Amino acid sequence: MRHLLSTKDVSREEAIAILDTAEDMAAVAQREVKKLPALRGRTVVNLFFEDSTRTRVSFEVAAKRLSADVINFSAKGSSVSKGESLKDTAQTLAAMGADAVVIRHGASGAPRVLADSGWIDAGIINAGDGTHEHPTQALLDAFTIRKRLHGTASRGRSLDGVSVVIVGDVLHSRVARSNLWLLATLGAMVQFVAPATLLPVSTDGWPATVTYDLDAAIDSGPDVVMMLRIQAERMNDAFFPNAREYSRQWGLDDERVSRLPAASIVMHPGPMNRGLEISSGAADSVQSTVLEQVANGVSIRMAVLYHLLSGTGKART
Amino acid sequence: MSIRIIGAQLPDSTVKDLFVENGVFVEESSAQHIIDASGLIALPGLVDLHTHLREPGFEQSETVLTGSRAAAIGGFTAVFAMANTLPVQDTAGVVEQVQSLGDQHGYVTVRPVGAVTAGLAGERLSEIGAMAQSRAQVRVFSDDGHCVHDALLMRRALEYVTTFGGVVAQHAQDPRLTMGAQMNESTLSNELGLAGWPAVAEESIIARDVLLAQHVGAKLHICHVSTAGSVDVLRWARARGVDVTAEVTPHHLLLTEELARSYDSRFKVNPPLRRDEDVLALREALADGTIDIVATDHAPHPVEAKDCAWDEAANGMVGLESALSVVHAAVVESGQLNWADVARVLSSKPAQIGQLVGYDTPFAIGSPANLTLYDPAASRTFATTDLRGKGMNSPYLGRQLPGRVITTIHDGYLTVSDGELVGADTVAGEGRNRG
Repeated sequence: MRHLLSTKDVSREEAIAILDTAEDMAAVAQREVKKLPALRGRTVVNLFFEDSTRTRVSFEVAAKRLSADVINFSAKGSSVSKGESLKDTAQTLAAMGADAVVIRHGASGAPRVLADSGWIDAGIINAGDGTHEHPTQALLDAFTIRKRLHGTASRGRSLDGVSVVIVGDVLHSRVARSNLWLLATLGAMVQFVAPATLLPVSTDGWPATVTYDLDAAIDSGPDVVMMLRIQAERMNDAFFPNAREYSRQWGLDDERVSRLPAASIVMHPGPMNRGLEISSGAADSVQSTVLEQVANGVSIRMAVLYHLLSGTGKART
Repeated sequence: MSIRIIGAQLPDSTVKDLFVENGVFVEESSAQHIIDASGLIALPGLVDLHTHLREPGFEQSETVLTGSRAAAIGGFTAVFAMANTLPVQDTAGVVEQVQSLGDQHGYVTVRPVGAVTAGLAGERLSEIGAMAQSRAQVRVFSDDGHCVHDALLMRRALEYVTTFGGVVAQHAQDPRLTMGAQMNESTLSNELGLAGWPAVAEESIIARDVLLAQHVGAKLHICHVSTAGSVDVLRWARARGVDVTAEVTPHHLLLTEELARSYDSRFKVNPPLRRDEDVLALREALADGTIDIVATDHAPHPVEAKDCAWDEAANGMVGLESALSVVHAAVVESGQLNWADVARVLSSKPAQIGQLVGYDTPFAIGSPANLTLYDPAASRTFATTDLRGKGMNSPYLGRQLPGRVITTIHDGYLTVSDGELVGADTVAGEGRNRG
């Protein structure tokens, strides 16, 4: 794997290999010395054009546990005009000898532009681009689901036949897109639930079913219910009338959680709007994997960095 | 300058020798300059109703001179320069300046388009009468780049422009339906996470404006029609007898939204590239006359405006240098248009819409000698070396395109000879002699 730009590009074998590597990485976190020498001498740059302390810190911890040198490059607020800064920043990082660039950008496709540009010859990891994708989030979600379902017997397994309901702002969610492709690749059955305003006008060709009715989706007894963060500002653009109505129709409240099978899990990529798309009861329930997702994020990002930069990755002199 | 062109094939397929003297076609002359045109097609000088020359104000993108050179190498002898300059072409002074820069350089006739609203702000009418009565005698008015979206203002504009015998060229785009839009709204835009520009945002404005034009008895021109639905609306309007004309760009006849998959911002344009079905409908509409003309929407940008993420990139493509080859590839090779049709959609009809004189009887004795000699058998991998304007933002770079302009003659003198531009001083000198 040269870059990780979209989960659509990831094959089933590659996905399972990354999840399996993440199992090994998770084991490292249990040791007294939580560090591997795998990427010693390699430089990983966190290039964040948007603020996201959670994701940046997760990548930083992952790279450091693999002994890579980490540079945090926050391009936000730079005086350079936006267009120039992507190119100039990339060339600056290339001149410094970055081996991998973890990029978060507000514009969809910015990681792809970076990978194709010739401005920099490093592996590119998409850490969230606009309303396009967030591949490592989907990988850590898949890892979390697999771990809950299969525990220590997870290695080598896919998600064949697992039913996943994804609820919320599908239209604007990069998490939803990355999960769609990866979960389908791994054999899961995806159902999106949202008001029509927060769904694309056409989902032709998407390996998912779509419904407006959260209660019906809940009562179908899914293995996984994944809640997406809803931005309250959306109501100003007439996507829905107000937070209360949204919450009543598409929020995961205590009552809906109680109707789920006991083995079902509740996921949220964070940060959560408690009381809007998810109630505190649901977020803190035994079915919730919110904190596991955060912990697994580090393991997955270690695995991705490892796959990009070591072994099959090209040697640098 | 007197020129003899031997053995050119005219758009109606007849082969004959052409003689040019003192700026017009003549029966015969003792030519100083002889051109062997065997195997070449002689087309009337091409007319582009939709060009962005960027001067004054955006000279880093293009100037009247560089845009004129791009036009000449593409076979054009006249271009209509859109109003979104800085200062905006919304007063007599600015349109006269643009026109005189064109005259001074001499590669093509430059006809300025006047803004419909002051500063293109869409709030109050610009000095339409003053521009119409200025030395530039503006007849086409457009806020291109912006839609005249206020229905009452559009009604008034249609009526007021009629007072001066002009036409409003509408950029049909509902601004509310296209807030932040980046590409055609479709399954693909949803996959790519790029905000959608729905076809209905164009179609609803065209539907409204043809009804307004009919109500007030005005002429209306629709810029860069891009969807199959718009074609349906135009057909319906014509059947009702609305006095509406429409243009399509070369890129909307050839390229589709699939190109956005690369996030390569050379393919970012407004209106956006659409689906296959739209491309096919536009070709058909051009062939059956529902769409009257091809216009380039030549939109040069400096490298830095495109060398960035898609969302941050400027809209637009250069098109003057490639237009004839693209029309050739899209609708001539498919058999939908013959060369007489090409002469119509790229010369006589745009001249008629823009009220440009001298293009109604091409090649006739006494008519102004505006023509281009085109080699239809040539083929080239289009490259930056084929561009002559300042903008390198062509969507065709690396693409195989048929044909090549060998000669362009503007008002009886050469602007392109043996496939290369004639020098600026020579052309300017010839232009002065003519003027």
